Amino acid sequence: MRIVVDLNRCQGYAQCCFLAPDVFRMQGEEALVYLPNPEDDHAAEVRRAAVACPVQAILVEGPGLVEGPVSAA
Amino acid sequence: MSAPAPSVDRIVIVGASLAGLRAAETVRAEGFGGHLTLIGDEPHEPYDRPPLSKQVLTGWIPAGGTALPGRRPLDAQWRLGVAATGLDLERKEVALADGDRVPFDRVLIATGTRARRWPNPEEAALDGVLGVRRREDGAQLRERLAAGPRRVLVIGGGFAGSEIASACRELDLPVTLAEAGRAPLVNALGHAIGGVAAGIQRDHGVDLRCGVTVVSLESDPGGAVRGALLSDGDRVAADVVVVALGAVRNVEWLDGSGLAVGPRGVACDAGCRAFDANGVTTDDVFVAGDVARFPHPLYAYQLIALEHWDNAVAQAEVAAHNMVCPAPQRRPHLPVPAFWSTQFGVNIKSVGIPSFSDSLMVTQGSMAERRFVAAFGYRGRITAAVAFDEGKWLDFYDERIREAAPFPPRFAVSHRPGEDRTFPAEFPDPYTPSHSPTVQLTGHQPSERRALRLPAAQ
Amino acid sequence: MADSTVFQQVLDPAARADPYPLYARLRERPVWHEPDGSFVVTRYRDVAALLHDPRLSSEPPGGPDVPENERSFLFLDPPEHDRQRRQANRHFGPPHTPRRIHDMSPLLHRHVDDLLDGLAGHDRIDVVDDVAYPFPVTVICDVLGVPREDEPLFHPWADAMVAALDPAPDEDPEQVRRHTLEARREMSEYLVALARRRAAGDDDGSMFSGLVRTQEPQWRMTPQQQIRTAVLLLVAGHETTVNLLANGMLTLLRHPDVLDRLRDEPDLAAPMVEELLRYEPPVQLLVRRTLDEVEVAGTVLPQGARLHLALAAANRDPDRFADPDRFVPDRPDNQHLGFGSGIHSCFGAPLARLEVQVGLTLMAQRLVAPRLAEDPPPYRPNALLRGPRHLPVTVDGVRPAAG
Repeated sequence: MRIVVDLNRCQGYAQCCFLAPDVFRMQGEEALVYLPNPEDDHAAEVRRAAVACPVQAILVEGPGLVEGPVSAA
Repeated sequence: MSAPAPSVDRIVIVGASLAGLRAAETVRAEGFGGHLTLIGDEPHEPYDRPPLSKQVLTGWIPAGGTALPGRRPLDAQWRLGVAATGLDLERKEVALADGDRVPFDRVLIATGTRARRWPNPEEAALDGVLGVRRREDGAQLRERLAAGPRRVLVIGGGFAGSEIASACRELDLPVTLAEAGRAPLVNALGHAIGGVAAGIQRDHGVDLRCGVTVVSLESDPGGAVRGALLSDGDRVAADVVVVALGAVRNVEWLDGSGLAVGPRGVACDAGCRAFDANGVTTDDVFVAGDVARFPHPLYAYQLIALEHWDNAVAQAEVAAHNMVCPAPQRRPHLPVPAFWSTQFGVNIKSVGIPSFSDSLMVTQGSMAERRFVAAFGYRGRITAAVAFDEGKWLDFYDERIREAAPFPPRFAVSHRPGEDRTFPAEFPDPYTPSHSPTVQLTGHQPSERRALRLPAAQ
Repeated sequence: MADSTVFQQVLDPAARADPYPLYARLRERPVWHEPDGSFVVTRYRDVAALLHDPRLSSEPPGGPDVPENERSFLFLDPPEHDRQRRQANRHFGPPHTPRRIHDMSPLLHRHVDDLLDGLAGHDRIDVVDDVAYPFPVTVICDVLGVPREDEPLFHPWADAMVAALDPAPDEDPEQVRRHTLEARREMSEYLVALARRRAAGDDDGSMFSGLVRTQEPQWRMTPQQQIRTAVLLLVAGHETTVNLLANGMLTLLRHPDVLDRLRDEPDLAAPMVEELLRYEPPVQLLVRRTLDEVEVAGTVLPQGARLHLALAAANRDPDRFADPDRFVPDRPDNQHLGFGSGIHSCFGAPLARLEVQVGLTLMAQRLVAPRLAEDPPPYRPNALLRGPRHLPVTVDGVRPAAG
């Protein structure tokens, strides 16, 4: 599975961290770090994180799915 | 009766990183059904670089674990691990290092940048002297840090150097950061905010040396680096030295191509079409990403070169669109530049170009508390804003920059900083040698025949 | 007597069952100036921008009736808002407590299963009274570490608090106020006693226990702030989640094809809840006050103006959402405003989201042939916090819990 977060759009709402804490972590109040290539067994959690992102900053490509912002703009 | 426009059947993208990938996706998304080739000098599928100075170094992820997701299937030919060595505009071919020549109807130059090497080749070759740009660099540096060096010396206090120092402190490693300017991050954010960054670094235990350059690197008898001599006479003992002195544009392969190429990149118009050496817009050559220099009306039409992740994506999308659309549907690339860096637990974000300013004002929060928004202005108009852990407010400033709203901004907010004053924005003179600029403002007279190439040092 | 404005019609209880045609009319103008001097902003672009505008305040206008040190962070501005929200979040979410909500998932499943077990053999249920209402109260009590036997105390308290936020038009405001203050006092007294217990050593690892036991000065809330924060979570975590659940089940029952899909594809729950937040947001309007002149789409709002941000209107703005009046459970690019945005975006969102995903999925899976008995159902009078008062549903039975 491959993930990229548009960290310019990201404003640190951290909804992804609540939903997939093994993949998304906050460093400090607003700074997000994440696992770009997590194991596939995280797929469901990561997909939930992508739909929950209030700024739709998470792009996910995994087994059979491409989820995320249509364009970076 | 005019001849019909030539058909575009073959698109070649030189550069297979973030910009190249996004351009390829956009070209397909817009319905291009012809032959698509991506050429990349690294033997890897496109991968994301920012983690290489952060969570790769702390060991949370392996250097090979930053592959970028694709947004759609590409149906493209990938030529990875082979560098482009020339561009022939007459024959419309890209020359490759393996002797091959790849024909195109339209070509996108997205070859990006590479880390500036340490200027002394012997010292650069010492064991333990590393840069961080590529996946292999990240892997190497991670290995060195995991081995528990006695001290790491980071040369250059720009964003990359600061992030690397932050990772070292996360690993509880002693780290010295040597910065030629008065404070870290000064080229991008100026002296006032640089001062805040300096405080944060020192509070996290970084041995921060400002106003010094590294004169030479010293080695032990076995050829491993053991330390450095600083310009103030001090010596720093270190067994890992990270050179974070900014980036060099990958433009050497375009020597002799006839394009407007220089050390600051390939000049193009607002629609991402490259200029030739006379400043005339080409038809079929496009540029996007770190390697591009483009004019921006918000910044007095100066040619701007950005090393921002956001710009690589947005510009690639505009260039790709313009490569395949009918002429009346061309779009300009007119971003409000946006940037982020995470270091020492702080989320630093900026919109606009802070160095394009004469004054700044803290509009929200406080620099003393290290949580604030500062607005920058040039001749009475707002040109940028920088936030430290206050990223949710930047949409507002983005809008003010787009409108060229008045500066200083005189609006009442709840979180009034102690003083309501502006002070001069001090940035290092861009024409003196400096470390790691992330934004380069250049003037470029279209009447010039050719940009003056500086001797290629690395 | 003057005709009521479109906004006044939205607030009128007669519109409660379907205010969306009125919201569509509201969107015809970006800004409305109401007879009471307040303004209404209706379009997505403008509402989203204002939620990030530092010139707006969330503090009550002209002399708050509750002094600042007793106000929860919902009604505070920076810097105090930011400070208290961070302090509360320390025991709720990342970076310090990243797994609390995530690890509650099995517990949430059990709560809903227990509630549904209690309905076995019924052929008619009330989704509000039987599931949507009790479930969130139980969950908040879990998060705060309120002993199970004391839970029933919280229901009437929570009800009274919400009435104060958005009084029904026909209620005597003075009576409502007194009732609310009394409920607040009783709830606070209860929490003070609980806080004392936790601080004395009976640490159950709950969020409230963490709040009261924090020692470091920069993380420590005053005892008053601790209570206010707990009260806020109870009030905000209750009514809104009840409504999201009830509005959600109502929407599913009106779209039986989606209900069927959810039964077979539990993965649909996540995007579907986001679409519910867009389509039927439990918080329909937010209120702000301008600290300076603010220009919105060509209209200059004066300083000190009261401003309504119509989230429910913005969420169906055709300039932002394709086919906005269609409920599309896997809608892509769903950047809705159902949880607000900016620094005041819903603090409890991760918990609400999980509750509603679990609640709706289990109802879809376990209720046999559910049908709406009344459409539209009776609504609570509140216009800001909108939802059915009852949701009567006939069922052919309740399947036993899985596993």
